[in-house]
Amino acid sequence: MRTGAVWRRVRFRRKRLLSSTLAIPEPRLSARKCVTGESLAGWMLTAPAALAFATMLLLPTIATIALAFTDYELGATGLSWIGLDNFAELLHDRGFVIALRNTILYVTIVAPLSVLGGLALALMIEAGTRGRALFRAVFFLPAVSLPVAMASAWQYLLHPTIGPLNAALHAIGIDGPAWLSSSDTVLISLAAIGVWENLGFNLVLFLAGLTAIPRDLYAAAEVDGANNGWDRFRLVTWPLLGPTTLFVVTITMTRAVRVFDSVAVLTQGGPNKASQVLLYAMYEEGFTYFRLGYSAAITLVFLVIVLALVWLQTKLLEKRVHYA
Amino acid sequence: MDGIAIGGLSKRFGETAVLRDISLAVTAGEFVALVGPSGCGKSTLLRCIAGIEHPDEGIIRIGERDVTGLRPSQRDVAMVFQSYALYPHLTVEENIAVPLAMRRLNAAQRLPFIGMMLPGTCGVRHSIAEDVRQAAQALGLGALLARRPGQLSGGQRQRVALARAIVRRPAAFLMDEPLSNLDASLRVQTRREIVAIHRAAGVATVYVTHDQSEALTMADRVAVMQSGEILQLASPAEIYADPQDLRVATFIGSPRINTLPAAAGTDGVLRTAGQIIGLRVDGAGPMTLALRPEDVQLAGAGIPALIEAVEFLGESLLVHLRHTPTGTPLALRLAPEERDSLPPNGEVALRLPLSRALVFNADGRRVAARALSPETALV
Repeated sequence: MRTGAVWRRVRFRRKRLLSSTLAIPEPRLSARKCVTGESLAGWMLTAPAALAFATMLLLPTIATIALAFTDYELGATGLSWIGLDNFAELLHDRGFVIALRNTILYVTIVAPLSVLGGLALALMIEAGTRGRALFRAVFFLPAVSLPVAMASAWQYLLHPTIGPLNAALHAIGIDGPAWLSSSDTVLISLAAIGVWENLGFNLVLFLAGLTAIPRDLYAAAEVDGANNGWDRFRLVTWPLLGPTTLFVVTITMTRAVRVFDSVAVLTQGGPNKASQVLLYAMYEEGFTYFRLGYSAAITLVFLVIVLALVWLQTKLLEKRVHYA
Repeated sequence: MDGIAIGGLSKRFGETAVLRDISLAVTAGEFVALVGPSGCGKSTLLRCIAGIEHPDEGIIRIGERDVTGLRPSQRDVAMVFQSYALYPHLTVEENIAVPLAMRRLNAAQRLPFIGMMLPGTCGVRHSIAEDVRQAAQALGLGALLARRPGQLSGGQRQRVALARAIVRRPAAFLMDEPLSNLDASLRVQTRREIVAIHRAAGVATVYVTHDQSEALTMADRVAVMQSGEILQLASPAEIYADPQDLRVATFIGSPRINTLPAAAGTDGVLRTAGQIIGLRVDGAGPMTLALRPEDVQLAGAGIPALIEAVEFLGESLLVHLRHTPTGTPLALRLAPEERDSLPPNGEVALRLPLSRALVFNADGRRVAARALSPETALV
């Protein structure tokens, strides 16, 4: 074919067109003498934030870490350094092991469902022509409402005898379980509430991520041969949502790990520890049994999990989804 | 017939008509530039040809086929966007390969990992890589294949977009202001490369720009658009020297063409500010007399004007004047050495070569004009 010759011709013309660019070195400013004044101003400007960070976040964290290695109990006159004893006890504490297992289970149900559900809803709302604001508001409602009040509403909805859910199930001939008081269903019920709480928040994040995708990319994808919605999703939407997805996944997992309100209001970890979770175990040890040292050890475990998630996010962010 | 044929195309966005009954034929191997001010509908027209926008009326044919109802991917066109529209997560090589992968591989074969294990994938991937390499070589991207768009300069990104367009040998190239985001020197260079690519591929090209110099230098024919209409479609030389509409005359050319208000009596004799300027036109009533700055000459006597400013442009002088009777701003081009011959008080007289004068009626349409006597210019 003659195309080879054609390409060579283009290349030839290109070569002739190449021109060199001149680089002009920028003059360096000698600004050394301003440094001290500038750094003082810098310190003063960051002082309020640094102070708040230190007193509200850093010091309590350090205190918690320190407490985790002591046997301090609220009201006790003294405390002694017991090294890793608290952590050794954790390993053999049935309550803690169940709490850890339940928390992991809760996260594995809530995180994928609310992330994928949020994405699916966001895509549907984005594709629809009308009612965007309405749907966004409706699904975002749980994220802005009071968790305790919402938990009470769920208590009514899931009530075994007077709750609408079981009434509806009864109408189609199914005997609904006692959702929140049976050890078989309590964690699933709490997870469903967790999905409901996180879905709207994720949806709004995904909607924001979707609007940031340039329209031209979809046009280019169509011209390039992406015929159907799936092709366009694979070629454009999913990769360009990468940073959003990573953020949503981490924030959802962190929020799921620290589940507390619904457990405290609805089940207190029961029945028979079937819905015991990390933060509720921590709360019980610290504020019911006043074993602050032991409670701090549980907090430390929680902290490590959250930090690990954040670390994973930053690592992935650097590697996979950073396009610039 | 190969190429693109558009008939009776109309498009409205709500109440606003963006395209009004557009007809245009681009033959195979022809380079047509759509040029006009912002909002004239040129980009919408291009997007209708690509299939990204859908016209309310009219038909579009590409090659032998009526493509009006087809999806962009079925139209066998390639498009280059002002924003480059590269996939930021893919490397240069993968970006260029997208149009081929989408066509030569099925959905399952395109899947990561699993796709490579399916029969045939390897062979097709190989042929794609070869085509990508050729297209990349043609645009001097050989060394950049492993980079991501974010690591490239604007000019390199636009080259990748061009490579992605040529890699498939489509029936038509559609370019939507591809050079607007580049700096001036790169723009001039890339301009010639695009023309070279077009010549080499030999397919119909529609090129949208708001920059008249791009349109005039690159295109075989230029379509000047305004308010959703094509005002004139002709060769660059004809568009410049023989505009059929006052809007074309004023849009094309820098500095802007000189326009003087004039009037034709019932006898068709043209006067400006009461002065007979030696032209007879078809029709009567208010007219506009237009002349390019390089056609206006200084003379001992003629149309009176006052110099307001003189700009030195290197190869020429640009003299800004005001027509004394009407106050209309005028411009004229002189050789640099003529600066000394300009009078210190700035009062000059202009001579208009009548053979170059363009006359437009009140609707902006060009009217035929003939000299009253064999003399070639006023006075």
